[in-house]
Amino acid sequence: MAITGLIFVGFILAHMYGNLMIFGGQAAFDEYAHHLRELGAPMLPESGFLWLMRITLIVALVLHAYAAFTLWARAGRARHQRYAVTKQGYGQFYAKAMRWGGVALLLFVVFHILHFTTNTIQINGDFAAPSDRLVSSFEVWWAVLIYLLAVLALGLHLRHGIHGAAMTLGLNTSLTAQRRIHQVAIAVAVVTVVGFMVPPFAILLGLTP
Amino acid sequence: MKVTLKIWRQDGPQDEGRMQTYALESVSEDMSFLEMLDVLNEELTARGEEPVAFDSDCREGICGMCGLVINGEAHGPERTTTCQLHMRSFKDGDEITIEPWRADAFPVIRDLVVDRSAFDRIVAAGGYISVNTGAAPDAHATPVPKENADRAFMAAECISCGACVAACPNASAMLFTGSKVTHLGELPQGQPERYARVLQMVDQHDAEGFGGCTNLGECSNACPKGIPLNVISQLNRDLNAAHRHR
Repeated sequence: MAITGLIFVGFILAHMYGNLMIFGGQAAFDEYAHHLRELGAPMLPESGFLWLMRITLIVALVLHAYAAFTLWARAGRARHQRYAVTKQGYGQFYAKAMRWGGVALLLFVVFHILHFTTNTIQINGDFAAPSDRLVSSFEVWWAVLIYLLAVLALGLHLRHGIHGAAMTLGLNTSLTAQRRIHQVAIAVAVVTVVGFMVPPFAILLGLTP
Repeated sequence: MKVTLKIWRQDGPQDEGRMQTYALESVSEDMSFLEMLDVLNEELTARGEEPVAFDSDCREGICGMCGLVINGEAHGPERTTTCQLHMRSFKDGDEITIEPWRADAFPVIRDLVVDRSAFDRIVAAGGYISVNTGAAPDAHATPVPKENADRAFMAAECISCGACVAACPNASAMLFTGSKVTHLGELPQGQPERYARVLQMVDQHDAEGFGGCTNLGECSNACPKGIPLNVISQLNRDLNAAHRHR
């Protein structure tokens, strides 16, 4: 779970970097999108790198979800009789946020691929260029809202997930290490939420070049 | 002060159990929580009713025998054992809900008493060291670096009360198991069995039906001895190493 999760963290940060290309103008964004298909050429065929990455992510996703559902089922079996009163805290919140938030993220990923990758779901018109799809979609307020909710769910997932990954990998061996791990987890979560939401809001408010 | 108690009553392991409400008047705020329950039980006995069964022994916070979930918190609102919790932590007129530790690995025996022998079996699976019997060795025969000794003592503070399991949303016993693994793994005497220990104890933990750890940290927050979450990370580190050594 920790290793597959960290693969996603790497992917998400790279994805965020790509999105921010829109501030270099629509031409720069389209060039970046096109270049992703030629990455590794001529050593790799057209879209070769892209498919390597997709296969890695799909395998990671299957393992990550399998581990999550196994833990979820184990938790259910370990306590059939529930408490009449539960004190709400970090643990109670993130136990639900990681599970239901994870399911929500999975559904969002399906929607997101249908929206931007396969162009099956079209918001505000049909466009060939990736940058046109991006800009036209985020001129619609409810599209921005869907992405905002998804990115906030992602931020929560990262805030606990990065801490959990460090715990699983045995990196939390002192109180100082624990404090640092929490700081890194919060920092990555904040950077991700801000980094992903700046382009949609900039488009909505007409601030992109 | 007056309090209203909602207490889990269960006649035996097979009984379904139910919450029952009791009103208790003239409670002193200097009473410990268990003394308050003693007063309730005296009243119940005088009325010819069955007293509420609960575990306790030393009543000075060191034996790990007592443990109740009070208003949804293991050992109640203070970071201490139930016996060291006092009624001054509550207000006059409060409604207090009292439940036993809830975990399938800790079956209820009666009312608020649970069977925690699963912990004994986890310790039996690997919580020991091999030494020659006979005369005790000289006190300083085996040097131990200060940092390791401190961390071993910190982990050894665990009194096996089970609050970590009670507080865990997954009903996992990883803080308990991690504290035993860290306690013995930090000391030279614990090295021969270090990697076999972690494998055997985790296998036993899982076989007992405890949940899996998802690093939520409620265990450490509830621990009356303040065992930090990093003992679980130490367990994971030893477990990874053990898989490599095999």
